[in-house]
Amino acid sequence: MAAAVDPTLKFEPVFEIEDFLAQEQAKDLLRFTTAGSVDDGKSTLIGRLLFDSQNVYEDQIKAVTQASVNRSAGPIDFSLLTDGLRAEREQGITIDVAYRYFATARRKFIIADTPGHEQYTRNMATGASTADLAIILIDARNGVLPQSRRHAYIASLLGIPNFIIAVNKMDALDYDEEVFRAIEAEFTEFLSNISAPDAYFLPISALAGDNVVRPSRNMRWFNGPSLLEHLERVPVYSRTRATPFRFPVQRVVRPDQTFRGYAGQIASGVIRPGDAILAFPSGQRSRVKSIETFDGPLFEAVAPLSVTLTLEDELDISRGDVIASAQQVPEVARQFEAGVVWLNERPLDPGRTYLLKHTTQTVTAEVKAIRHRVNITSLEREAADTLEMNSIGVLRLETSRPIYFDPYSQNRITGSFILIDPETNATSGAGMIREAIVVERDKRSIVRKQGRVTPAERIVRNRHTAATVSLGPRPQLAAVLERRLFDTSGAVAIVENADRTTCAVLENAGLLVLLVSDRPADWNLPEDDEQAADRVMAILHDSGVLLPQEELIWGEGI
Amino acid sequence: MSQLGHLRLLEAESIHIMREVAAEFQRPVMLYSIGKDSSVLLRLAQKAFHPGPILFPLLHIDTTYKFREMIEFRDSYTRKIGAKLIVHTNQDAIDDGANPFRLGTQRCCGLLKTKALLDGLRAGGFDAAIGGARRDEEKSRAKERIFSFRDSKGQWDPKNQRPELWNVFNTRIDPGESLRIFPLSNWTEMDVWQYIHVEKIPIVPMYFAKDREMLVRGDTLIPLEQPFVPRLLGEKPQMVRCRMRSLGCSPCTGAIRSDADTVPRIIEELVSFRRSERENRVIDHDQEGSMEIKKREGYF
Repeated sequence: MAAAVDPTLKFEPVFEIEDFLAQEQAKDLLRFTTAGSVDDGKSTLIGRLLFDSQNVYEDQIKAVTQASVNRSAGPIDFSLLTDGLRAEREQGITIDVAYRYFATARRKFIIADTPGHEQYTRNMATGASTADLAIILIDARNGVLPQSRRHAYIASLLGIPNFIIAVNKMDALDYDEEVFRAIEAEFTEFLSNISAPDAYFLPISALAGDNVVRPSRNMRWFNGPSLLEHLERVPVYSRTRATPFRFPVQRVVRPDQTFRGYAGQIASGVIRPGDAILAFPSGQRSRVKSIETFDGPLFEAVAPLSVTLTLEDELDISRGDVIASAQQVPEVARQFEAGVVWLNERPLDPGRTYLLKHTTQTVTAEVKAIRHRVNITSLEREAADTLEMNSIGVLRLETSRPIYFDPYSQNRITGSFILIDPETNATSGAGMIREAIVVERDKRSIVRKQGRVTPAERIVRNRHTAATVSLGPRPQLAAVLERRLFDTSGAVAIVENADRTTCAVLENAGLLVLLVSDRPADWNLPEDDEQAADRVMAILHDSGVLLPQEELIWGEGI
Repeated sequence: MSQLGHLRLLEAESIHIMREVAAEFQRPVMLYSIGKDSSVLLRLAQKAFHPGPILFPLLHIDTTYKFREMIEFRDSYTRKIGAKLIVHTNQDAIDDGANPFRLGTQRCCGLLKTKALLDGLRAGGFDAAIGGARRDEEKSRAKERIFSFRDSKGQWDPKNQRPELWNVFNTRIDPGESLRIFPLSNWTEMDVWQYIHVEKIPIVPMYFAKDREMLVRGDTLIPLEQPFVPRLLGEKPQMVRCRMRSLGCSPCTGAIRSDADTVPRIIEELVSFRRSERENRVIDHDQEGSMEIKKREGYF
């Protein structure tokens, strides 16, 4: 897009392209999403942002002025700059995610303009999935509506780290500060209830341009930066170097006998030649030999760069594997809980098998349970036996192969997945992993062979794999389970409030660890300890932690 | 705070997309239009598969009305980087004398571009076609997916698009169906030019200003490459210092007056000159929403 310049900047007759390009190169990228209801003036806001920051082409303005539908009275209907498709122009509603691009002297921006209409929750989730920031529009005349809460909830669920709450149409209320402050107080309380990130509240009028690009003269009681000023300055947190290194392998690169590399996009963290890595699922250890690119080898690469790694050892690695920091390994599980947004007209059928694409691997997945659905209006949990399009729920899923992940709250790439309907090939669900239900640490990565007892030998004797079961604050349940497992010759131990390292040490010894902690377990177990124990045993059995044993009595009916 | 500039971020995203295509499809192909965006696509493909070769052939849909300089550039550059090039033409339509002045731009594009493209994809058995379209080019493209589903007739249904979340792309299709993939979706025209500059990517010389023979009609400059371009009464070609902002078929691509004869000067022109690049392509303006109609029918 042209005219990506500060309007106050005047170019000298001799254009210093190198200076200009150096300035351009220093710009980073902010992806943001906008959510608002049909009449909140969202498209008008974006049109205003583009227009006032000089990012609209003259012929586009001409085309919009000529367009056959013109919905608002002003000289230019800004919303027509963003609403692309004929169907929407006819209906007057934005029906799909539209991506818009603009730049200022400081930053490039990608806007995912997502519709706020109730039936299009899936589009909001789509736009939010890659966003670093969410703008939530509230119509000052209506105050906080259920859909305002819904927008914030979805943005928070999708892990957007920065919020702007823009209270729009202040011009219709004589720029009354009290109206703004009341909305701010009410919504701040709501945001803290849903663990949303800190939000920047500001009063605007998209139609009149107040506080959009330039500070408003009509609201001198408000001293904060304008919307655009805030967008230019907010730090982009999502690509922090501090997160552990994760590298899902896209392709093995073998152009000839002399070169073997692994191509992928760094999901998180930073890598240098010499760094120790573990490859999963093989659990093999090596070091990075080089970071190869078309432009030559790198001495360091950081997320989200696409690179090719070579390793010092020849390991068995293929597409779908993950190369990770040897110090901080990902979690592994076949059963886990995930928040899921349902995207397709065909509702979730818990009896069916779906394809689950997680980073670069696709596995089959079964729905073991629907823990609850979130009522999209009240945001309360309710029981459900399916998820319909645009509904959100928490599912317990089991995959055909273990997946190596981080919780979504820590890593939006290795913690996310999509569900594909194998009959229609539709992208049916979008998932955010919360937690493993049964943690299966990769034994081979920790235990060396050298004549010592192997994990396999322990499994054969104990009739179970090593695992940690999180029970939450339920010592009585742990005692019941310990007795049952011990009586069937299991190697079992109860630990209280132990950290992951402790659990890993015990697992190395082949133990089934029953972890009692202050933090409530995220899975729903019956109140009654005996019944809860039945459920845990059944899950351990289903997930393959407990090997089949004829003399084992699972409880009535099993 | 990110340490990476926006071009590196866009590049990383595009490379990821190309590698997903190579990994998940049986017979991918890259549509090569010879323009600046295609040049950027080619460079990104080189980067994606380095140190190996580009893993898919290039398909050029030749309407036979491309500029001579475009065809020369196509042949020499693809040979130089060792890419495999396939050229497909709707020869039946050409033999029937198809041209935009006889058929109108919509029907001409339909036969020489859309039909030729679909036939070319079918002939090669291609299940995935990478293209250089950008979302900032035109309003209906703003909602296009990066992995865009086409039914067995090659058609796009804007109301039935697959949601795309994170960088996880659903590449599953049934036999006969295909996907179009747009790795430059999130690039702007300015990004493309800056990348060409920084990466020193070769482009067709027609992007650079020089004196060329043109018919001058108001703001529009019409090149005289084809003999059948109709002239108004008394109209004479003039030598005009000009360049092309986008390259298409010579009868339907206008030039702009310009002195920009280097990439830096083109960028200078861009920042001072606000007019969207498709304005001089006649086809987008023949009906409001016309690009959307063409895309529904299978136009790239």
